[in-house]
Amino acid sequence: MTVLSIANLKIHFDTIDGTAKVLDDVCLSVNEAEVVGLVGETGCGKSVTAKTILGSLPMPPGKVPDGKILFFCDDLLKLNKHDRHRVMSEKMSYIPQDPMTSLNPVFTVGEQMGDLIRWQGRRRVGPLEFLGLRRGRHNAVAKAVKLLDRVEIPAPKEIVRRYPIELSGGMRQRVLIAMALIGRPSLLIADEPTTALDVTIQKGVLTLIEEKVEEEELSVLYITHNLGVARRLCNRVYVMYGGAIAETAKTKDLLRDPIHPYTCGLISSIPKLTGDEFKGIDGRIPDYIDPPTGCRFHPRCPQLMPICGQEKPELIEVKDDHLVACHLFSRGGGR
Amino acid sequence: MYMVLVLFGVSLLIFFLARVMPGDPARLALGPEATQEQVASLRHKLGLDRPLYTQYYVFLRGLFKGELGMSLITKRDVFKDLIQRLPATLELVMTAMLIAILGGIPLGVLSALHKDRTIDQISRIFAFAGVSFPRFWIGIMFQIAFAYILGLLPITGRISGDPPTRITGLYLLDSLIARDFPAFVDSFKHLLLPSLTLSLSPLAQITRITRANMIEQLRKDYSIVMRTIGMPEVVNIYKYMLKNAFTSTLTVIGLLTGWMIGNAFVIEQVFSWPGMARYGVNSVLRNDFNAVVGVTLVIAVGYVVINLIVDLLYGYLDPRIRLKR
Repeated sequence: MTVLSIANLKIHFDTIDGTAKVLDDVCLSVNEAEVVGLVGETGCGKSVTAKTILGSLPMPPGKVPDGKILFFCDDLLKLNKHDRHRVMSEKMSYIPQDPMTSLNPVFTVGEQMGDLIRWQGRRRVGPLEFLGLRRGRHNAVAKAVKLLDRVEIPAPKEIVRRYPIELSGGMRQRVLIAMALIGRPSLLIADEPTTALDVTIQKGVLTLIEEKVEEEELSVLYITHNLGVARRLCNRVYVMYGGAIAETAKTKDLLRDPIHPYTCGLISSIPKLTGDEFKGIDGRIPDYIDPPTGCRFHPRCPQLMPICGQEKPELIEVKDDHLVACHLFSRGGGR
Repeated sequence: MYMVLVLFGVSLLIFFLARVMPGDPARLALGPEATQEQVASLRHKLGLDRPLYTQYYVFLRGLFKGELGMSLITKRDVFKDLIQRLPATLELVMTAMLIAILGGIPLGVLSALHKDRTIDQISRIFAFAGVSFPRFWIGIMFQIAFAYILGLLPITGRISGDPPTRITGLYLLDSLIARDFPAFVDSFKHLLLPSLTLSLSPLAQITRITRANMIEQLRKDYSIVMRTIGMPEVVNIYKYMLKNAFTSTLTVIGLLTGWMIGNAFVIEQVFSWPGMARYGVNSVLRNDFNAVVGVTLVIAVGYVVINLIVDLLYGYLDPRIRLKR
């Protein structure tokens, strides 16, 4: 069953210099209990995609001229504010990128989690409820302790009384993961949750996410620029370039046998621990206000053909579950 | 400890400044008809013929006994004059601050949430008006509108009949303690216009600073994360963001309260409010140096106490300040 399916999503931003056409026909889907990676270099539109799904993209300046985001049966872009808030907090959750700035500094961990436990997804909270019966509060904090225990935080009873500044980055990210799992979501959107952490802590957090995904049968859209992380966690990977999907396949197929010239470049750009020379991709990400015509990758492409600057390549299936948007493989193309 | 040092410095400064004010207080007090001998005898009685450091020593000694020296206008000890007038000013300032906070913060939050839309524009116009219109003019306009034309509220004074039994000197509180509800309502009616007039400028400033801070909070990662994972908007805004935004509002509230004590005088003049600020200005005009020193000291103590409260509240609001020690 498809949990999330995005079709032909376009996002534009109004800027002083003109309209930045950032997302250009993004199509992706996440199935039940599947971990899907969204990979690409900085500025390719990964986070914009995530924020659009989550509804946290500021609009204006952002706008959605076209596209659909189907979450179960609801088109998120068509729901009103309150319905959307309800649907999302019932079934969708989010792990942010930077744990250092994602917890409110002036409330204890227990208070933040407790309020979420009590009121998540509600539209209104009455003033009497807000002042809070002792028992309601007490139960919520007890539940927070349990949740923290499940994300393997040592001494969770202590932690609920702590303020975020008293915790390390890894701990905060665990707290945020616990918070994301409060509502028993079906879909988890993780926006580079380990990027701000150092490698050893990153490993712990990744293991945790892996476990939780298995335990809770979560579907995950995992955004990262790190192919190693994607390989470890994801069943399927989408490679994004310049606001469009370049290639998608099962993770191991994609890494063993990349087809799109950009994916090849990306894989060859990973620095090896052996210290060997690594190839990169020349050039920079496109200018979104005046993007290249045709395929947005063509100015940097090593296998440039005349058609690349004229026509936008369609995403077509070349092997089982292996789709690519490149003229090299389209019907009239080179091979 | 720090407070005591500040107050000592203030007393020193204000004492000597009051002594170098031009004009002879004794001559002013006695009037042009008085003879040279009468003036000299008053100077001697007031201790003005002694060296400055002796005068300061006498002043300090008096301070510990609750004496501030005789006022040349009322011929009573300044301390007694102040005790009589201070509650009126405090009642005025506290009510005005309450209005400013209760009005300013919700207005600021609303403006931030509806940034650049109608509500925000209205509150912006209101804020400009509140800061830029002169207070005495607003006071007089209020008097004309509410008291003279509509006849809803009294024009001047603190109370119509006899004041309630004096316990704190705050009429609202005293009448409540005495269970004298008609007096409570009456003094509340008297209080309404002057405190409203005094509150407008602080209200406008609190609105603006709350708005600016809330706009900043709305963009913070933690606010967005909370909203995204399903915290109800009401709780997220009024509990989580407002507590963060309130820290800098608090600074402004502290400063404004001190400012109000010193600046209540225009209001007190317009509304014939028997307060301390008016007494202070009169004593400056009449060169009543003991009264000037007394009033200034009270204002300084006010500032110091308010700052202390604000500092303590910072610690409560922001654990980062508490935990850094």
